[in-house]
Order: sequence, then C-alpha cells, then structure tokens
Amino acid sequence: MMLNLINKIIIKKLLMFSVIVMTGCATTQQNERVARIDPFEPMNRVVFSFNEAADDYVIKPIAQAYKFVLPEFARTGVTNFFSNINDVLIAANNLLQGKPMEAANDIGRFLVNSTIGVLGLFDVATDIGLDKNREDFGQTLGVWGFSDGPYVVLPFFGASNVRDTVGFVVDVETDFMINTNKLNSDEKIAVNALRVINRRADLLDAGQLLEDAAFDKYSFVRDGYLQRRRNQVYDGNPPPVKEED
Amino acid sequence: MHPILNKTFAAIALSLITATASFAQAPQAAANAGANANMSTPDGLVKFVVEDVMNTIKSDKAIQSGDLRKVNALVDQKILPYSDFQKTTRLSMGRNWSKATPAQQALITQEFKTLLIRIYGGALAQVKDQKIQYKPFRASADDTDVIVRTVVVGKGEPIQLDYRLEKTGNAWRVYDINILGAWLVESYRNQFNDQVSKGGIDGLIQFLQQRNNSLANAK
Repeated sequence: MMLNLINKIIIKKLLMFSVIVMTGCATTQQNERVARIDPFEPMNRVVFSFNEAADDYVIKPIAQAYKFVLPEFARTGVTNFFSNINDVLIAANNLLQGKPMEAANDIGRFLVNSTIGVLGLFDVATDIGLDKNREDFGQTLGVWGFSDGPYVVLPFFGASNVRDTVGFVVDVETDFMINTNKLNSDEKIAVNALRVINRRADLLDAGQLLEDAAFDKYSFVRDGYLQRRRNQVYDGNPPPVKEED
Repeated sequence: MHPILNKTFAAIALSLITATASFAQAPQAAANAGANANMSTPDGLVKFVVEDVMNTIKSDKAIQSGDLRKVNALVDQKILPYSDFQKTTRLSMGRNWSKATPAQQALITQEFKTLLIRIYGGALAQVKDQKIQYKPFRASADDTDVIVRTVVVGKGEPIQLDYRLEKTGNAWRVYDINILGAWLVESYRNQFNDQVSKGGIDGLIQFLQQRNNSLANAK
C-alpha cells in the first residue's frame, strides 16, 4: 500500500518532469495523443539518437561488409536457420494464445524444415503451404488483455513499449540460441552476433526509404511500431480506430 | 532500430509495387477502363488495378530499371484514376487541413503525392515474380467505406497489404493503404502535425518542397 503510493508519486513526478521538458522544447509538438502514448519522449529521443549512432558507426558497416562478402543464397540460409529454431517459440506462444491449430502449423514447419529443409537452411514448409507465423510473448500478453503502456525506446533494441519490453525479456529468457548448453559462451556470442548482423543486413535497403519517407524519423518509427504491434496482437484484423477527420 | 520496424519499411519498398502511390488528386479518367464489370465492387476494383499495374511492370524494361518518368506515367495512368489522394492528404493533415486555404491544400496534396511517388517509385522495379493473394472480402451492400485485404507473396516473408476504399457516387476510390499493419494516413498524421506546429502551413509546404528537391537531386 505504502509502496504503491510512493510508486505513484514517483511516476507522477516523472510524468511532470517530462511534460516540463517537452513544453520547454519548441520543436516538439505536444498534442494530447503524443502525451498519452509517449510520456517519456525526451528520454526516448536520447536513446533513439544513441541507437542511431551505434547503428551508423558499428552495426550497419558490419552488416554492409557481411552483405558484400556473403552471396544472397547463403544469407537466406542463415535467415532461415534462425527463423526455423524460433518456430518452436512461436508455437508455444500460439498455444498460450489459445490457437492450437496455428501451434500445430508452427511445429509442422519446424519438423519439415529441420529434416527436409536440412537443419532449417531451406524453408520448404512455406512452399508446401505451412505459412510462417509471427508471434512473441509481447503479443501473447496483448492477447491476454495487457494494454501496451507508454512507448519506450530500448538501448540497442529500439522501439518497444512497456508490455513488449516485458515480453522481450521473456523471449530472451526462453531463446534457444541464448540459453542452450550445447554451446559455450564464446560460441554463443559468435552465433548471436551472426544472427544480429544477418538480420541487419536483411534490412539495409529499407534504411534509405525510411530516411526519405519520414519528416521526423523518431515519431515516424514510433507511430509505425505502435500500429504494427496492435495489428499483430489482433493477427492482422484490429478493430478500426475512430477517424479524427 | 527495432527489427520489426525496419521490416515494415522493407516491406513498404516491396509493396509499392501494387499500392504505392495508390492515390490521386482527383479521379479523372476513371471511366476509361470501366468496361470491366468487376470494377463496381471494391475488391474487383483493387484486383483490376493491381493486376494491371503488375502486368505493365513485368512487360516494361524501362520501369524495371527504375526510369522515373515511366514510373510517373504508370502511376498517373493506372493508379491515380482509382484513388482519392486528396482525401489521403486531408486525413493525414487532420485538423490542420482546415487551416490551409484551398490553394495551399492543392499544393500540399501535390507535393505529398510527388514525395510518395519518389520514395516508392524505385520499388516498382522490384516487381518480378510476386503473387497477390486476395483475402475473402465481406461487406454489406450499403457499406460506403471498406477494407480490401491482400497478401503479397514472393521471396521472403509474406507482406500484408490492405486497401481502404470509399464509395463516392457509384465509384470506389482507394484513399489509404496498410503495409504490414501500419496505415499510411495514421503514420503521417503526426508527421504533418509536427511540421505545422513548427512553421505553420507555409512551413509545411516549404518542408515538402525542400524534401522533394533534395530527393530529386540525389537521384
């Protein structure tokens, strides 16, 4: 009770602080909607800039070199390999969301791709009609009725919200490549570095498009992320949002 | 950058193919292709436009190599007549739309259209062997605002691509597209609002013109 009260006071102070910082910031339009979805905007923008710099100076150059050196079919194989292992977690999340048929689909994918698809290097399952699902624990929490909470930009990992951050922690805790005891810690670092760089390489072409399309990259990314997550929680069929025409 | 987000934009590139600039300033030559009976229904219209655009690209080497003039012609002839781009712009502007004079509104609409074609036009060259799956369409006869859902299937992950249409008179017009879960209008609402609050309507127009100029020079 007491703790609760203190918590509330701290949160209120934090909120007031961010409101003050924001009203002091002439370049930031502070309308009601933004105040609601992104109360930590000043802090988020700092982390966002940090992530951009880390990407520009470290991650992106490595991804570019990786893409230059490795032919496309090899990179596709790497993508498929990690995607295949993740299908097990996707199945688990579908079960937790009460979708056993989808979970069966995901397990079917894993079995087909791990065998016929040579340890997951080839995505044969998609070709025979077992479509890839996208699920994670953040979505599962959403299906269970947890609201997404304020928008948060995580260091290195980027756009998120309070609910998805909790989900992300659970995803990491249950991730095979991070938690397996079949690899020693050096091997784990190598494998997961490959995973990150390969993923970044997949997205290189989209980077410039984002730069060109956004008037303000920070809020463009934020609004895209929040919409996309809501869409995922509802598996592509979210109830329509009221138009503010 | 969060992978999911980046994916969204990766997908935007690919999706442009069909939707891209699915927008028009005003429906002009809509009647031309009206011989096709399907086009009186929203799903029939989307299917007609998408197939028409994809077939054109596949048979045109110049578009495949990214010829911007050809891309513009394609958008003008095959997409704009079936879109209501002014509505797209108006909704993106939200409450600020009414602060602009009709002349400013026309200018903003024009610049926004140019920007989207520039950003996405290059992606039209990516159209190769993608296939479009049309999801079952349900609407009652008296609906005037509907969503047609499709999935672009090609190399890599399938891309959700939905179209929102409004019926004006007897014709359906696309005014918003959804790529991987993000609607264009909703994505741009804060972008527009931000610019207007910084520099007013004139500031927004200036910003759009500058962005278009620098993109034109970069190519």
